[in-house]
Amino acid sequence: MSERVAVRKTYKLFIGGKFPRSESGRSYIVQDSNVSLASRKDARDAVVAARAAVKGWAGATAYNRGQILYRVAEMLEGRRDQFIALGVSADEVDAAIDRWVWYAGWSDKLPQVYGGANPVAGPYFNLSAPEPTGVVAVVAPAAPALLGLVSVIAPAIVTGNTVVVAASPAAPLAAVTLAEVLATSDLPGGVVNILTGKLTETVPTLAAHMDVNAIDLTGVTDAELAAELEVKAAENLKRVLRPAPADHDWYADPGVTRMTVLLETKTVWHPKGV
Amino acid sequence: MTATATSARSDLSELGRSETALRTFLHGLPGVDQVGAEQRAAQLGTRSIKTTAKAQAIDLAIRMVDLTTLEGADTPGKVRALATKALRPDPADPSCPHVGAVCVYPAMVPYVAEVLRGSGVHLASVATAFPSGQAPLDVKLADTRAAVEAGADEIDMVINRGAFLAGRYQEVYDEIVATKEACGDAHLKVILETGELATYDNVRRASWLAMLAGGDFIKTSTGKVPVAATPPVTLVMLEAVRDFRAATGRQVGVKPAGGIKTTKDAIKYLVMVNETVGADWLDPDWFRFGASSLLNDLLMQRTKLTTGVYAGPDYFTLD
Repeated sequence: MSERVAVRKTYKLFIGGKFPRSESGRSYIVQDSNVSLASRKDARDAVVAARAAVKGWAGATAYNRGQILYRVAEMLEGRRDQFIALGVSADEVDAAIDRWVWYAGWSDKLPQVYGGANPVAGPYFNLSAPEPTGVVAVVAPAAPALLGLVSVIAPAIVTGNTVVVAASPAAPLAAVTLAEVLATSDLPGGVVNILTGKLTETVPTLAAHMDVNAIDLTGVTDAELAAELEVKAAENLKRVLRPAPADHDWYADPGVTRMTVLLETKTVWHPKGV
Repeated sequence: MTATATSARSDLSELGRSETALRTFLHGLPGVDQVGAEQRAAQLGTRSIKTTAKAQAIDLAIRMVDLTTLEGADTPGKVRALATKALRPDPADPSCPHVGAVCVYPAMVPYVAEVLRGSGVHLASVATAFPSGQAPLDVKLADTRAAVEAGADEIDMVINRGAFLAGRYQEVYDEIVATKEACGDAHLKVILETGELATYDNVRRASWLAMLAGGDFIKTSTGKVPVAATPPVTLVMLEAVRDFRAATGRQVGVKPAGGIKTTKDAIKYLVMVNETVGADWLDPDWFRFGASSLLNDLLMQRTKLTTGVYAGPDYFTLD
């Protein structure tokens, strides 16, 4: 009996709930593993998948979205060892799981805190309701690999947005492994799409894309690139979240800014009558 | 194929005079190799068309679009808006060509005619009890005459599939001849409704029947049955018009309709036209796309090529 040869994992992209290779066929090596090197066209495909998912995800009840985020936390709990094997510390995995739960709890509370009845000078009911912006492009921070990623994805999707995430080129393994968690968590395909590879190839395409409604530049460390991306994003007035400061503490209470910045407020005036 | 057609050359015009001659001819056409046709169509779909060739293909495809709305909910306002879009598909870019034609129900023809008059955009109307074709012949002919009188210069008729599938070829032939006569100067497109014909052999027979009876165009589908235009069906029809021209010298156009939604699909069809019948057919007078949502995708791809930035559907009109 010959000795068994271990089956090695191919780290692929995550687009529309599937794991395709890059259309360019390219890959690069990180921690002895082959990782897909996404191209401009993969970014385009990811936006199409994200756009297609908006209607169903934004239209789902807040309660349902919250349950799905809890489910992500459950599935992540079951895959702790996989992340630890990639070099993610046990503390960080715990913090990432807790973060999913924390954001899951916000799903049906945020509209109550940030919307509601406005007192106006007239015989009207005046109601404000926060609504998702649509498709959000996200540049994930390089470190902490897992917690940073979860901390940028969860606040964007909990309110009903869909995301195209450019994973950090230095830490793509945790991102692809998180995609496996998401794929098994009742999350509809296309709500989260993950691209691995060079930021300079995919992110400018996303920043300029007319069908992307907001961009989160958290993981961009190069100030010049960040400025260029903001200029591109201005073309269709995308909402822009500026890069995170270098000393940002990812373990601290995240606050609600990351959720509220990706919302649009709809206000309805309705005559009161008799 | 060509051999059969050529040998029949002398008596083609006589075929319509008897059911037996028609049947003998149509059933004498060689059978279609189903696997071969599907593989050929799939293989032609793998060509890569980029940069300047793509820009040219997109503009040609826009000029070939029959911008269509065939809904019970069509209103004068809606078809007027559609006709306006046909004239200037991309209001932001004056270099964008106009589409080939607007295609509507007969009742909507007058409203579209007002907008299109003198523009060079054709006005097509479906007729002959579209989409089923299940009405008495005189009703179908009245339908056709009404559409022409209202200003349509192209008529999209449906063949009588019931008669065709029952083998009553003479009846189908006579109806097409009568409709052609009712059309007067208007061009006649004959819809085969290939989704209901079941086999490629039937598609080939129906194509020849429509051409023999005088159709100026053969069109795949009404868009009202689940299976619409597919690449292999269009390939079989393109082969038929090629062989018909070789046999008779008369050129007939082809119009795939229904289910063509993306620029990628449209370019695949253009490749197929070029490779099957040649550049003679790469013209809006000889090849058309029956479509509605295709136009917006063509405009988005066109914008991508001119601006370098991916476009979004929010910036183009809803039809």
